[in-house]
Amino acid sequence: MRAVIAEDSVLLRIGLVKVLEMAGFEVAAETGDAEGLLAAVEEHRPDLALVDVRMPPGFTDEGVRAALMIRSQYPGTAVLLLSQYVEERYAADLLSSRSGAGIGYLLKQRVADVEEFVDALRRVAAGGTALDPQVVAQLLLRRGGPDPLERLTPRERDVLALMAEGRSNAAIAAGLVVSESAVAKHINNIFAKLDLPPAAEAHRRVLAVLRFLDGTP
Amino acid sequence: MATRGALRRTYTWIASHAPWSAWAWRNTVFATAAIPPALPLLLGAAALVALPGHTALPLLLVLALRPLLTLLQRSRFRTLLGLEVPPVVHEHRWATVRGLAERLRSESTWRQYGYHLLVSPLAAAGAAVLVLTWAGGAAGACVYAWFWVLPSDGELPAPGWTAQYDAITGLGVLALLAAPWLAAALTRIDATAAAALLGPNRARELERRVEDLAESRAGVLDAADLERRRIERDLHDGAQQRLVSLAMNLGIARATLTDLPPEARAVIDEAHREAKEAIEELGSLVRGLHPAVLEDRGLDAALSGIAARAPLPVELTVDLARRPGSTVEAVAYFVVSEALANVAKHARAERCSVHVGRVADGRRGDLLRVVVTDDGVGGADPAGGTGLTGLRKRVGSVDGTILIDSPLGGPTTVTVELPCGL
Repeated sequence: MRAVIAEDSVLLRIGLVKVLEMAGFEVAAETGDAEGLLAAVEEHRPDLALVDVRMPPGFTDEGVRAALMIRSQYPGTAVLLLSQYVEERYAADLLSSRSGAGIGYLLKQRVADVEEFVDALRRVAAGGTALDPQVVAQLLLRRGGPDPLERLTPRERDVLALMAEGRSNAAIAAGLVVSESAVAKHINNIFAKLDLPPAAEAHRRVLAVLRFLDGTP
Repeated sequence: MATRGALRRTYTWIASHAPWSAWAWRNTVFATAAIPPALPLLLGAAALVALPGHTALPLLLVLALRPLLTLLQRSRFRTLLGLEVPPVVHEHRWATVRGLAERLRSESTWRQYGYHLLVSPLAAAGAAVLVLTWAGGAAGACVYAWFWVLPSDGELPAPGWTAQYDAITGLGVLALLAAPWLAAALTRIDATAAAALLGPNRARELERRVEDLAESRAGVLDAADLERRRIERDLHDGAQQRLVSLAMNLGIARATLTDLPPEARAVIDEAHREAKEAIEELGSLVRGLHPAVLEDRGLDAALSGIAARAPLPVELTVDLARRPGSTVEAVAYFVVSEALANVAKHARAERCSVHVGRVADGRRGDLLRVVVTDDGVGGADPAGGTGLTGLRKRVGSVDGTILIDSPLGGPTTVTVELPCGL
């Protein structure tokens, strides 16, 4: 697996390289701005791009814009965004750009929990999602009015939130301290309540999460 | 005692008007100095009489000389009386069309003409009377002395006491005694007229000062806001990144050094935990200063961040077609952040709602209205509690209003209105 890193803080970049190598990635390129990132992706066609949201020259959302461009132009490259703050609109923008590759959006400080971060890196590189719990909390908040989500029990909402973060059944079970079969039961209930007919299991998961995220089927 | 004091004051006052008092002479000099600035007008009037065909000429002369005359008068008041008549400040320079138009429109210009055309000649006339009073008084009071001083070569009547000379002497002394009072009266009338006519309009001046103050306060607020942002950015790009990097390295150490003795592991675990806590603390400090997301994405995005971090469900609606000024945004953000912190700390609420919207207000233009409601126990006292005091101060700094409705038993509603124009 090959990865590129775009992060303007040199200190952090060195650490990220270490973590990526720990996770079994080969770091093909590291850069400090969005332009360099796009060039690196063009050149190396990596499996994963690890991108800081706030980068030179404007220090606003260069990373997000670059990420959206990568998703539309290089559908094979998974993108994991690192941000100082949570912004659901970024997450919504990224998730609505439907590309086959994985997508992740995490708070920068999550890299401190190296094991969990490595887990998220692998998940995203493998085509999965990794959303920060704070992003999920915000998305959950913004749901208003009549919504199929209203029919979910608090427990089911917890499960769905963890699904939205990109967790596997086993991880959800561990996180909520329940058995894996209980999680499976909750997930089936969620599918039923969100009117998602049985199909490929992974596909339904994504649909449920998407419905959860933008409130539209 | 009081009557004695009053009596003494009266005596002092009378004594101060003695013909030989410094005060009397200062007033006299001042009043007499009214004559030179009135000369152009007097000459103009004379010319008017002498050359009836050129009526406009003297008037034009006074019109053109107004700034010079005003300058002279102000200098007369300042030098001879120590009275400062504040200058009228104009925005544009004299010699420009706009400057001229501004002066023609300004009522202070016309008040000045009022002084130069009416008060100044009257003051000059008063000064002439004053000079005559002094001179006549002196001459009259000394009428007997003249016989001793002047050579008696027959032109003058022979010396001797007559009722006529007694009367002249009496009148002369009276005139000498009256002259200081006349000088004082002239000075007083002139000073009053000058303050009213030559200086700037007081109400207008106050208005201007209020405007200036509002402007400078806005400048101070903006500067403080800018400074907060600079600190935020510095922390953000400096200390915070370093801490994240530190925590990450400790995390890597924790994950890779699996064969350490348990004590060393415990130390690394502890350091890792502390580094993460420091990141959290620094993060909330930075957010309190001025969140980056507020600058980048506005209130909606920034408030959704606080709402998500609140320990209770917060229903947030932000209804803003366009963004208010950055200072107002910062205050609104602070209000919501502080209000939610208060709710979390004191209200024992189940849920909370935050509504932010723009309302039109005829008097103050558009207002940004922030309403925070919780279903808690109520009884929030605006008088106590540093949280609410801080809110009040911050809201007041931008001329906002805050209304706290919190009956015992709840619910509590905090309504804040901020003028958007700032």
